[in-house]
Amino acid sequence: MKSSSESSVDTAPVPVATIRRRRSRRSWLGMIGLALVVFWLAMAMIGPRISPYDAAAIVDTDVFSGISSKFLLGSDYLGRDMLSRILFGTRYTIGLALAATLLASSVGTTLALFAALAGGWIDATISRALDALISIPSKMFALMMVATFGSSIWLLILTAAIANMPGAYRIARSLAVNVQAMEYVQAARARGEGALYITCVEMLPNMIRPVLADLGLRFVFVVLLLSGLSFLSLGVQPPDADWGSLVRENISGLGEGATAVIMPALAIASLTIGVNLLIDNLRGRRAGKD
Amino acid sequence: MNHNDKDGGREPSTLVEVSGLRVVVRKDDDSEIVIVKDVDFSIARGEVLALIGESGSGKTTIALSLLGYARSGCHIVGGRIRIGQREVLSLNQAALEGMRGCEVAYIAQSAAAAFNPSRTLMDQVIESALSHKTMSRAAAEAKAIGLFRALALPDPEHIGARYPHQVSGGQLQRAMAAMALITDPELVILDEPTTALDVTTQIEVLRAFKNVVKEIGTTAVYVSHDLAVVAQMADRIVVLRDGSVREVGDTAQILTAPQNDYTQSLLAAIAPAARLPLNVAAPDTASLAVQKEPLLRIKGLIAGYGSLDSRGLPGVRILDDINLKIERGTTIGIIGESGSGKTTLARAVAGMVGPARGSITLDGEALSPSLAGRTREQFRRIQIVFQNADTALNPAHSIGRILSRPLAFYHGLSGEAMRRRTAELLDLVQLPASVANRVPSELSGGQKQRANLARALAAKPDLILCDEVTSALDTVVAAAILELLAELRRELQVSYMFISHDISTVRAICDDIVVLYAGRMVANRPREAMMAPPYHPYSHLLLSSVPALQQGWLEQVCGRTPTQLPPIGDVLDSPDMCAFLPRCSARVDGVCNTVPPRRRNMEHGGEILCHRSDADLQRIQSPLLAVEGVTI
Repeated sequence: MKSSSESSVDTAPVPVATIRRRRSRRSWLGMIGLALVVFWLAMAMIGPRISPYDAAAIVDTDVFSGISSKFLLGSDYLGRDMLSRILFGTRYTIGLALAATLLASSVGTTLALFAALAGGWIDATISRALDALISIPSKMFALMMVATFGSSIWLLILTAAIANMPGAYRIARSLAVNVQAMEYVQAARARGEGALYITCVEMLPNMIRPVLADLGLRFVFVVLLLSGLSFLSLGVQPPDADWGSLVRENISGLGEGATAVIMPALAIASLTIGVNLLIDNLRGRRAGKD
Repeated sequence: MNHNDKDGGREPSTLVEVSGLRVVVRKDDDSEIVIVKDVDFSIARGEVLALIGESGSGKTTIALSLLGYARSGCHIVGGRIRIGQREVLSLNQAALEGMRGCEVAYIAQSAAAAFNPSRTLMDQVIESALSHKTMSRAAAEAKAIGLFRALALPDPEHIGARYPHQVSGGQLQRAMAAMALITDPELVILDEPTTALDVTTQIEVLRAFKNVVKEIGTTAVYVSHDLAVVAQMADRIVVLRDGSVREVGDTAQILTAPQNDYTQSLLAAIAPAARLPLNVAAPDTASLAVQKEPLLRIKGLIAGYGSLDSRGLPGVRILDDINLKIERGTTIGIIGESGSGKTTLARAVAGMVGPARGSITLDGEALSPSLAGRTREQFRRIQIVFQNADTALNPAHSIGRILSRPLAFYHGLSGEAMRRRTAELLDLVQLPASVANRVPSELSGGQKQRANLARALAAKPDLILCDEVTSALDTVVAAAILELLAELRRELQVSYMFISHDISTVRAICDDIVVLYAGRMVANRPREAMMAPPYHPYSHLLLSSVPALQQGWLEQVCGRTPTQLPPIGDVLDSPDMCAFLPRCSARVDGVCNTVPPRRRNMEHGGEILCHRSDADLQRIQSPLLAVEGVTI
């Protein structure tokens, strides 16, 4: 009798005004997220062109200065302009994290779909192998990789992707196993559809929302991982700098309350919050449609 | 409670009085949906009142509000409920807790979910008596044993020591009744107590409930969607729809002379057989004669799981020695209780379960046991329609997209031709063309099942496997789907394998009926013969267990069926022995327990798997009650 209340909910008219109110609140938060993300994406693209100084240029001898008309976001430990350095760093931070996250999620999801559909020992082998991988702490793993191969952009992407792939796989696999047992997937199999059609058309659309939400979260983790690595001087190497390295190189100014430490940290926070708001809202709007 | 004189002018015999009851669902944004609208009724002492309605009619919500309870999200916003001297809706939490399980008891639909698997039955049955401190443990246990006996549970003295998983579903449901009755409640609420049970189990439970209610003289509210069951249990019936009362009347009056339109349509839908035209006969006999090979032939099919034995057969057989054929344009019905292998059979035909032995041929052409070995043409010719339209349609795709896939996949249609064909298909299953743009969650249950059917039809199949397609639907909707199936068959000459646990549904549209028991075909007979004596002992049990829409049917049947089974010696340990033996009332010691039964033809057509001769069976079996809806 669970259905009794549900079906009456279905049939009864819902006041339109309340729907609109709820939707507007959601989209309002989503708009903030979208604005933040678009802002940082734009900065990644045009940042270097609009920056007041070159990232490496030592503008003044005044180190760790506060906000002024000369240094809109203060200056760093060498007297370089923070705004310019952050703008130049955007490209590294976002580019690396985006590439690593997309790689991790797409490989993880593909493997998960394959494992769920194949089942049996194939599923067990893949799952256990990735469980083993997940048991290695990601920072430790990254340290190992950098120590072995030396730091480079591609290595950083690959490292972050490998560290995050098992998590993405786990989420996608648990979703895929559930979806795989649904009768519409059974119906597709009984229709004689191939594995590619079943996974891409029947299964993927029904698991994409949680996977996207996971992608958003994972992006944040990758940003933090890469920033952490940069903070340990294992990430992007000087004179180039991503936001994590900016925090690192200016850490000595922390005692003076220098904006040079706070501003890149704020940049990291605003990007991660923006991505989270956007992803949550994407999911909410899709769910609201049903 | 005994001060009836204080009852201020009311009939003292009225135990429960509900007036103006109103329940709403309040959502997060403070919008309200009324799900029970101003419901009034009263129940006399010792009376059984039935609340009947489709899903969404508010019957459970009303029953729960008698306990002063509303499910999460629901709120009782108006009306009065008086039980004895209590105004239930103005009681405080402590008083409500004192009342629940003591003066008012509740029996839920799923006993399996209501029992704690880690405690014995006895502990749970007497728990409410102990927690309300109405009697000592010893007294409560003695009383429980008495109730077990009254409910016809086997070995009443010791069954209390068992755990829930050690008894059958029907026994658990009866144990739950004992749990409810232990405190001598003034009012018992039974919420669909037999809906989840097989029909042969349902009759035992009903019989036990009926006896107990009669013996103790309890006042009861019986919630159900099944009029035939209600007819056996209730003195009066309240017909509900969309949260309001459509009709209240004595059971006899509701069944024979319903006043309300809705009640009439409900009654009409219950006997679909009476309204469906009999099956196609003449037009295609000529083509049938030409086609020597039947459309589908299954020979010696064995499927199961577990390790293989010395003969290469699986240790646990879900299907055992299935032989049947389906001619063009005919319908074969597969019936059996849960676990009898019905669905596995459909999956084996569809290629989703690989059989261990046996062959399936389509038009004389052998079908590969696995999906990988079948051609697209073979896939096209056999389509499967799943039970649950909710999960059988991809929630992410629009109906139009769902229908166009088989069109593109099998027939290579695209563009305008595809659009036209989609519209035709929707028209065929009587859905409006606008449905094509909607996603499944925007359709009702019946509409979803139609779309599900349309997808199968899109392939232009020769055979459609219908797996319990009407089970999840309300009676009226199910009747409409059955009618649609019969019509499609006339128009398109498709064959169906129609799987159901409900014999009246199968009887309504099938030409041949196969009865499965524990994976074995115990009977395979044309419809007319199926309904004419003699029967296979299991078919007989099944047929005589289907409640008839007639008062007093239960008592009549109970008087007829022998409660004691003939004694039998040790049974030879072999998977080929008769599976029905432990429940068979026609078993013969020295034959049934030592020799595997043989498949043999019956005089009146069809074949059964039984040692007994036709004459024997005819002599033993009491004729079925000649009730409309059960026999032809």
